[in-house]
Amino acid sequence: MTLQRNLLIALGLAALVVAPAFIYPMLIVKLLCFAIFASAFNLMLGYTGLLSFGHAMFFGSAGYALGVTTKFLHWPPELGILAGIAVAALIGFVAGAVAIRRQGIYFAMITLAISQLIYFVAMQMEWTGRDDGFHGIPRGRLFGLIDLENDLALYGLVAVCFVLALLAIHRIVTSPFGLALTAIRENEPRAVSLGYDVERYKVLALTLSAALAGLAGSLKALALSYESLNDLHWALSGEVVMMCILGGLGTLGGPVAGAFFVILLQNFLADKVGEWLSVIIGVVFLSCILAFRKGLVGEIAAWMERSRKPIPGQESRR
Amino acid sequence: MTHILETVDLCKEFSGFRAVDTVSLKVREGEIHALIGPNGAGKTTVFNLLTKFLPASSGRILFGGQDITGMKPAPLARRGLVRSFQISATFPHLTVLENVRVALQRRLAPTFAFWLPGRVLTRLDGRAMDLLEQVDMQDFAAVKAADLPYGRKRSVEIATTLAMEPRVMLLDEPTQGMGHEDVERVTRLIKRVAAGRTILMVEHNMKVVAGICDRISVLQRGAILAEGSYAEVSADPRVLSAYMGSETQLEGAHG
Repeated sequence: MTLQRNLLIALGLAALVVAPAFIYPMLIVKLLCFAIFASAFNLMLGYTGLLSFGHAMFFGSAGYALGVTTKFLHWPPELGILAGIAVAALIGFVAGAVAIRRQGIYFAMITLAISQLIYFVAMQMEWTGRDDGFHGIPRGRLFGLIDLENDLALYGLVAVCFVLALLAIHRIVTSPFGLALTAIRENEPRAVSLGYDVERYKVLALTLSAALAGLAGSLKALALSYESLNDLHWALSGEVVMMCILGGLGTLGGPVAGAFFVILLQNFLADKVGEWLSVIIGVVFLSCILAFRKGLVGEIAAWMERSRKPIPGQESRR
Repeated sequence: MTHILETVDLCKEFSGFRAVDTVSLKVREGEIHALIGPNGAGKTTVFNLLTKFLPASSGRILFGGQDITGMKPAPLARRGLVRSFQISATFPHLTVLENVRVALQRRLAPTFAFWLPGRVLTRLDGRAMDLLEQVDMQDFAAVKAADLPYGRKRSVEIATTLAMEPRVMLLDEPTQGMGHEDVERVTRLIKRVAAGRTILMVEHNMKVVAGICDRISVLQRGAILAEGSYAEVSADPRVLSAYMGSETQLEGAHG
């Protein structure tokens, strides 16, 4: 298992290094940004068990925060990214404090409402460029040394951030906090009866998830030198749910695979089928929900588990 | 003798229906106290009120002499009033050891540290094993809770509750749905862990109640019908008729 996993990790890292030689780097940058975003979302739905239907607010707000700090305040890109993360985390904390007492559909609706609020504020503001988008975000020089106008340098930055984000998520879910979160997800009343203030753990989870979504949003805005209202739109909040479920909830690789799948599908089909794109993605999503409940990665992992050890004497009761 | 847990005219109404009606319950320190009564008498509601999982409509609750009526469930649990649930309350996909560790972790290790590796919790393993030994579950430490037979899940639950070092344990039907052997095992276990603490339990099985409980309160339609030792309560004609509608043996009244 560990051997297999290490092999997989080595392959993944190697792929990250050689990929830009074969594929247009900016496409991979986009893929990685959405992979980080979906992984951040998975921290909520997969590991905390709460469906947020407003995750685009973190993604988009971070993009605008990066835009404002780098374009108007002339901050270097690394500080702009940190500003994006900070703003997203702050919004996550506030949204969490407001919404966390609600569960299920109510939590989803409150997060959706807050994200719509932010969307309409952004649409009213002069400086966001409204429907035209926020243009002219400078890529700048990373740490004053590396010129990010070079696509390969930018790719390097995004790839490193991607790896760090996955490491961070892995650490979070296996940390003492992650284990407390698991207990709360598995049996919330019991966790309460053991003295856990479950709401505080959920707020922290949402804040961390928002911060990572903010990293994704900042990187995307930096890469495209442009931030659009679409990144705050509820449709994106829905898309990230889809990416996660397609790829496999509660797995580290699932959201990455899901994000790659959805974005690639969009990229390859966009100029061929036009408006039918949504229908095709909808059908794919539907068949996934009906046939592969665990998602791409989840099903593969379950299949490997089954083929590896036929459990002697007892069948697993999952 | 001091009362560690006490309710004063406790009431709970659900949209006009009075599920708990002016209940004044007194639990003495160090005793095993049973709360019995027919289905729908309000036993579990009383538990939910005591542990603050439900807010009371009126009345007061005192724990160790302090008014806890307005407290929230988690801080109350931290003070030492810890409950179990009617439906087995384990963390199904965690191992038995991890289940107990979750309770230890809250008291003895970081719980918000998202930057630390999970292995910092292994220093709790020794203590968790001690607790598992107390309930004869040390051989099951690595088994996932979901894969345990029902009676064993109850043992895990009790070990987890013990990890809180509770002053008062509230057990909601600890032997419900168990086979004969499991009932005896869990009964012995409760008797054993009761040493040095107070237990309030909802129980249908009169053999268990007769065997280990010092004091019994009978609840009917939300109100206390009778209170006393098993001998006193089981001789009370009102109790017998409440249970069976006739004066038959109380022991036959298994839930």
